Amino acid sequence: MTYLAKPKLLSADAPRNALGYTRRDYEGAISTLCAGCGHDSISAAIVQACFDLDIEPHKVAKLSGIGCSSKTPDYFLGNSHGFNSVHGRMPSVLTGAALANRNLIYLGVSGDGDSASIGIGQFAHAMRRGVNMTYIVENNGVYGLTKGQFSATADKGSKSKKGVLNSDSPIDLAALALQLGATYVARSFSGDKEQLVPLIKGALCHNGPALIDVLSPCVTFNNHSGSTRSYDYVRQHNEAVNRVEVILPRDPIEASYPPGSLRRIVQHDGSILHLRKLDIDYDPSDRIGAINHLQERQALGEIVTGLLYVDSSAQDMHSHLNTVEKPLNQLGDAYLCPGSKALHALNDALM
Amino acid sequence: MTSAQSIASINDFVIKFANVNGSGSASANELFARAVMRMGVPVAPRNIFPSNIQGLPTWYEVRVSEAGWLGARGGCDMMIAMNPQTWDRDVASLDAGGYLFYDSTKPLPASKFRDDITVLGVPLTAICNREYTDPRQRQLFKNVMYVGALIALLDMEFAVAEALIVDRYRGKDPLIQANIHALRLGYDYVREHLPHPIGLTIRRADAVGERIFIDGNSACGLGAVYGGATVAGWYPITPSTSVIESFTSYCRKYRTDPDSGHARYAAVQAEDELASIGMVIGAAWNGARAFTATSGPGISLMQEFFGLAYFAEIPAVIFDVQRGSPSTGMPTKTQQSDLLACAYASHGDTRHVLLFPENPYECFTFGALAFDLADRLQTPVFVLSDLDMGMNESLCKPFDWDDSRRYDRGKLMTYEELEAGKDFGRYLDVDGDGIPYRTIPGTHPTKGAYFTRGTTRNAYAKYSESGADYVYNMERLRRKFDTAKNLVPAPVLHAASQPTRFGAIHFGSTSPAMAEASALLEADGIHVDTLRVCGFPFCDEIMQFIAEHEQVFVVEQNESGQLRSLLINEGEIDPKKLVRVLHYDGSPITARFISGRIADALSERKISPIRKVAS
Repeated sequence: MTYLAKPKLLSADAPRNALGYTRRDYEGAISTLCAGCGHDSISAAIVQACFDLDIEPHKVAKLSGIGCSSKTPDYFLGNSHGFNSVHGRMPSVLTGAALANRNLIYLGVSGDGDSASIGIGQFAHAMRRGVNMTYIVENNGVYGLTKGQFSATADKGSKSKKGVLNSDSPIDLAALALQLGATYVARSFSGDKEQLVPLIKGALCHNGPALIDVLSPCVTFNNHSGSTRSYDYVRQHNEAVNRVEVILPRDPIEASYPPGSLRRIVQHDGSILHLRKLDIDYDPSDRIGAINHLQERQALGEIVTGLLYVDSSAQDMHSHLNTVEKPLNQLGDAYLCPGSKALHALNDALM
Repeated sequence: MTSAQSIASINDFVIKFANVNGSGSASANELFARAVMRMGVPVAPRNIFPSNIQGLPTWYEVRVSEAGWLGARGGCDMMIAMNPQTWDRDVASLDAGGYLFYDSTKPLPASKFRDDITVLGVPLTAICNREYTDPRQRQLFKNVMYVGALIALLDMEFAVAEALIVDRYRGKDPLIQANIHALRLGYDYVREHLPHPIGLTIRRADAVGERIFIDGNSACGLGAVYGGATVAGWYPITPSTSVIESFTSYCRKYRTDPDSGHARYAAVQAEDELASIGMVIGAAWNGARAFTATSGPGISLMQEFFGLAYFAEIPAVIFDVQRGSPSTGMPTKTQQSDLLACAYASHGDTRHVLLFPENPYECFTFGALAFDLADRLQTPVFVLSDLDMGMNESLCKPFDWDDSRRYDRGKLMTYEELEAGKDFGRYLDVDGDGIPYRTIPGTHPTKGAYFTRGTTRNAYAKYSESGADYVYNMERLRRKFDTAKNLVPAPVLHAASQPTRFGAIHFGSTSPAMAEASALLEADGIHVDTLRVCGFPFCDEIMQFIAEHEQVFVVEQNESGQLRSLLINEGEIDPKKLVRVLHYDGSPITARFISGRIADALSERKISPIRKVAS
């Protein structure tokens, strides 16, 4: 992500990852979002996460629906194929793409309108179906492109820029994802890159549906007093349960932590999640505990962030479907067409 | 009660079985139909069923036709009246001189019968109660027993039905014995107690030939397997569900990796039709051949996605098994009423490629072809079947496949081409046919990636709100649609025995009724050339056919004349030239209906000038 066209030439000492790529190689077109938009910070965090993980950009497919958030995949990973689909339907398009080729990394980017209103059905079913994806909701509580209507995640009692009180109950996508069977659930804040980048990295390494609900203030329509999605409000109410660090199998180990303060989780691909506990009693492998914690703290007005839940032994949709290892889109004619001999035998049976 | 004018016919009549839904009659009725076929006489069976699982009336109609007419005929020569609920209307629906077969265990008053029909009573319940103790067996074997009775009444060969039972239950000897016993009970009762054969008889013939017997939905599913489909996103809806069931069942058989036992396909039951078509579009965008199967209400729900696929140029195959409409309409009745909804599906200026199979053979061939066309044209392709074709087994030519055929994956730009520096503009018309090149995600590390959008972009897939870019794109899409004209299957002409000024255009499952109607009309000295349209966009041959005839009847199974509207719109045809012949009550169109309407229309034409002279 970038606002301004940058010179093509890179300084010789620009950091390079194991693939020899610089961060620039993970950027996309120039953002057209408002200056200060939280979404641009999320795009930058995605760039950083992919750079850190040495992901080949063309092995990522980025899909979105419609809205400000859904425009962003154009602004990062310019060498990845992207699909700006229809409003609220990114999950099904991504599911289909994932069915076609199990070997790509799928990144779904959506917003609160796209996922919690028009697309809540598809959101729910992608989670319960076990689609192997990173699902990032850029959650600002408001419809930006149509100029400031409340979305379904806006808190009851919060005030719009025009002074209207929201009377509807909010949908908590992280809580919903926990209930629906997502196997990696996190919440973060676009203004906290230190927290967000490792959470995205952990999600990209996860095998199964990974949801990150990122509170991402809308500077134009939802950053005023009375809003519960403004930069100030989120900073003041943010209560992180942990801090994550993602350790790749190749990385040297390891920092020392006071006993009991660190939890180590090995994911399916060998990556290791180091969870530094901020809330000593919080157990991110306890799904029901996580749901309860969210409810209790939200009732107190806190915004709970961090890695809320992870099931490191999760299996994805392809293992449920028992599909072949080789991506379906790469199977040649001979693997697909039963041929004339089989057809003749079938004809005989149909006479 | 035998009437003097009983219908007499060999190998040419209609028998209807009136049953209760869920009573297990379907397999017995099918046994009868297959027994007739095994004697070399073609049959055209049809289920007439409610939108219900158990308890409501259901009918199975078997048209026996040595001449090979497979369309519905209308009328009924013999009724197997097994459903007390529908007794009165079943009896009333018999043609005069017809035969009524019933369970005579309980006596019925004379008022329940007609005096112009032959009544044949067999005490099925009494025999069953004597022979079986298990209630379920009493029900099931009652069905087999009436088939045994029919074998005797119609002078069929007992051994043929016996052999069918042996085939069906191969390896399950107790079942074979029990079924043959029941068959024998019915057969023997008739031989001992009733005059037989009746006026309707089956005589061994050789008119079935090599043909196979299968329903259109199974054939569509098989077509998808042969067409190389690997991803199916779907949502259950009558009458299309069995397309997917067929696909997955053939895939289990043909697409299970012999070494690993893994599946070389993925079929996902989606949460709704929006998600099913979304999955198809995502999979196709990612280079897999993908399809869905649905019916009218699903087509309505998928509209937004069709527009996206059209504009983003993504191959997708949709099997639409049409049913009675609008809205939820008549879910278990047939119609051809989704034509316009599919041809111009979605908002804005869209138009789609449609294929119209006539029978299961074409469900298979067009089904497989649809995947090549979708990849070649990078657009959704609709295969429009209907309930009559989809859910009824029908005789058709055996399937064939050319092993030298390779899937046409269309214009895919490869790693090598990108590496060699070939210019890649996702929406650039390089070859003048309107079809651009595409890349599959993951093709090349640094070249060929693009951002797919349903909104305006330039030829290089960059976001653009420029009017000129938009117009370039729309003109290219129009060229692409013109290219499709000659890729869809050509229409099938059937010329009348004499040159004629009159033509008839039809499509899909109307085909067998139309062919028979032509023969009926010919017999009355009325000559009509017929043209079966097999695809949309319409090729020039279709417009030429219209131009060459003074009057053209457009025969279709919907209320508004959708094919006619499409012809008028696309070919700029004078509406007066195209005469509607419309059948839309939910039952399949018949030859009697078509020939009657055409004959009436032509006689009106001849009479009107005389009237003018007289006044």
